[in-house]
Amino acid sequence: MDDLYRELIIDRYKNPQYQGELDPNDITFEDDNPYCGDHIRVDVRLDENDVVTKAAYSGEGCSISQASADLLIEHIHGKSLEEVKALTKEDVLELLGIDLGPVRLKCALLSLKVLKAGAYGLGEASDELVE
Amino acid sequence: MKMIADRQQLAALDVHKIRADFPILEREVRPGVPLVYLDSTATSQKPIQVMQAMDGFYRQSNANIHRGIHTLAEEATAAYERARERIAAFIGAPAPQEVIFTRNTTESINLVAQTWGRAHLEDGDVVILTEMEHHSNLVPWQMLAAERNLRLEFIAVTPEGLLDMDSYASLLKLAPKLVAFAHMSNVLGTINPAREIIRMAHEVGALTVVDAAQSVPHIPVDVSELEVDFLAFSGHKMCGPNGIGILYGRRELLEAMPPFLGGGDMIKRVQLRSFQSNELPYKFEAGTPAIAEAIGLGVAVDYLSEVGMTAIEQYEQEIISYALERLEEIPGVKVFGPEAEHKGGVASFVIPEAHAHDVSQILDGDGIAVRAGHHCAMPLHNKFGVAATSRASFYLYNTLEEVDKLVEGIYKVKGIFA
Repeated sequence: MDDLYRELIIDRYKNPQYQGELDPNDITFEDDNPYCGDHIRVDVRLDENDVVTKAAYSGEGCSISQASADLLIEHIHGKSLEEVKALTKEDVLELLGIDLGPVRLKCALLSLKVLKAGAYGLGEASDELVE
Repeated sequence: MKMIADRQQLAALDVHKIRADFPILEREVRPGVPLVYLDSTATSQKPIQVMQAMDGFYRQSNANIHRGIHTLAEEATAAYERARERIAAFIGAPAPQEVIFTRNTTESINLVAQTWGRAHLEDGDVVILTEMEHHSNLVPWQMLAAERNLRLEFIAVTPEGLLDMDSYASLLKLAPKLVAFAHMSNVLGTINPAREIIRMAHEVGALTVVDAAQSVPHIPVDVSELEVDFLAFSGHKMCGPNGIGILYGRRELLEAMPPFLGGGDMIKRVQLRSFQSNELPYKFEAGTPAIAEAIGLGVAVDYLSEVGMTAIEQYEQEIISYALERLEEIPGVKVFGPEAEHKGGVASFVIPEAHAHDVSQILDGDGIAVRAGHHCAMPLHNKFGVAATSRASFYLYNTLEEVDKLVEGIYKVKGIFA
C-alpha cells in the first residue's frame, strides 16, 4: 500500500506539471472511467512531421489516474505520432514504477486510453487500446 | 474509550453475540490486520445460520420444486414456500401469493416496468421519480420512457439531502400515473417519508413503486401500513444470499398484469401456439428459481426478526450519530445527507486532500472496507458537484470501535496527502 503512494505519485498529484487545455490543438479526446467517474481530456499539438510539440491533460480523478496522466503527457513530448500509437500498458506502469490490481489499473490506464483513441482518430475509446 | 464503553451499554442489541454469528468478521484482511467491514449498503455479510440452511438444503433435500412427487421434491417445495410465507410475514404482506421471488431489487423493478408499465403507460404519461434514485430505479423507467414516450419528472433533493415535498406537491398536478422512489437513499442515507409520499400519490390516482433495497434490511417495513402498491428489495443486503430478491405487489394488480418471463412454472396450460398463465405467485416465476437462495433468505428474515428490526434500527441510529459526530470533527471532511435523525447507517463523505479512490485504498491498508465511487447514483453525485464519494455504511454487526478505526484511517490519509 505504501508503495502505491510512493512520493512520485503524491508529488505529481499535488503538483501536476502538464495540466491544462490546448486551444488550438491537433488532437483532442476525452473519456470517463465508468466505474468511478474519473474523467480525462488530453490535448496534443503536432509539428509538420507529426511529432508532439506540446501536450496537456485536464479532468479529475484519483492520485493514480492524475499522476499517470501527468507522467504520460511528459513522456510523449518529442515523440512521433506513431510512437504514441505504439504506447502500451507496460510503458505507463514503468512510468509509475508500481504494480496495480485490476481496479486501480483502470485508473492508471485511463489517460493512455484517451490519448491513443485520439491518436488513432477513433470515435470511441475502447479498453482494447491498452491491453 | 470510557465514553464508548458507556454508549455500548445503551445499545439496543448485543453486538458481540451477533458478531459471533458472522464468521467472516473474524478474518484478517492480511496477517495482523482484522477486517473492519463498513460496506453493508453494497452487500451485507451472512450469518452462519443462513449458510448452514443453504448447505443443509443441498446435503439433504436438493430437488427441483413443484410437480415432483418424490420425497426430496416435496421437501424442497415445502422449504421454498415456507420461506415465502416467512418473508411475507416479515414485510406485513396480507398473503404469500403477493410475494414474488426475483433475482434482486433491479429485476423486481424491471418486472413492474415491463409488465404493469407496458400494459398501462402510454404516450405522454407522467412518471415521477426522485433525484436520489439508484440507477436500478431510474434506468428501467428511462428504457420504458424511450419506448412509450413517457414524461419523467423528478422530485428535487434539497441541499440537506431531503426530498423537497413542495416540489413533489407541484409535480402531482401533472396527474402522474406512477410515483417510484427509494425508501432509503443508498448514498445520503435519507429515509424518505414513504407513507406520506404514497398517500399523496394515491390522492391523484397514481400507483407507487418503492425501492426498499436499503430500508427492508435496516428498519421495520410494513407494506400494509405503507399501503404501497409495489415494493422491491434484495436478499443479499439483509443477511441473505446473492441472487434472490423480492417483489411485493398488491394482489389485484399482480393478477391483472401480463407475465414477465415466459417458460416453465409460469404456465397453467400450454398449447403449440398459446398458453395460459399460472396463478400467483408462479405467474412471475418462470424457470427453476434460486431455491437454496430463497431458503437462505427465509432464514435471514428469521434471524433479523429474532434480533428485532426496531432494535436494529435503534442500534444503527446510535452508530450513525456517533459516526457523524466523529467525522465532522475531522478538519475539511464533508458528509453528504441529512442529520442522523433523518437517516440510516450511511455516511458518504469527501475530504479535500484526496480522491475517494485513494481514501478507500489507504483505508483498505488497515483492513477497513469502504466503497468509493458514485454508488450507482451518478445524477445525485452530479447534483452535489462531486464525481465520487467514499461511503462507510453500518449494519447490526458494526461497533463504535470500528467508527474510531475509520476516523483514525482518515487522519492517516490526510497525513499521506498533506
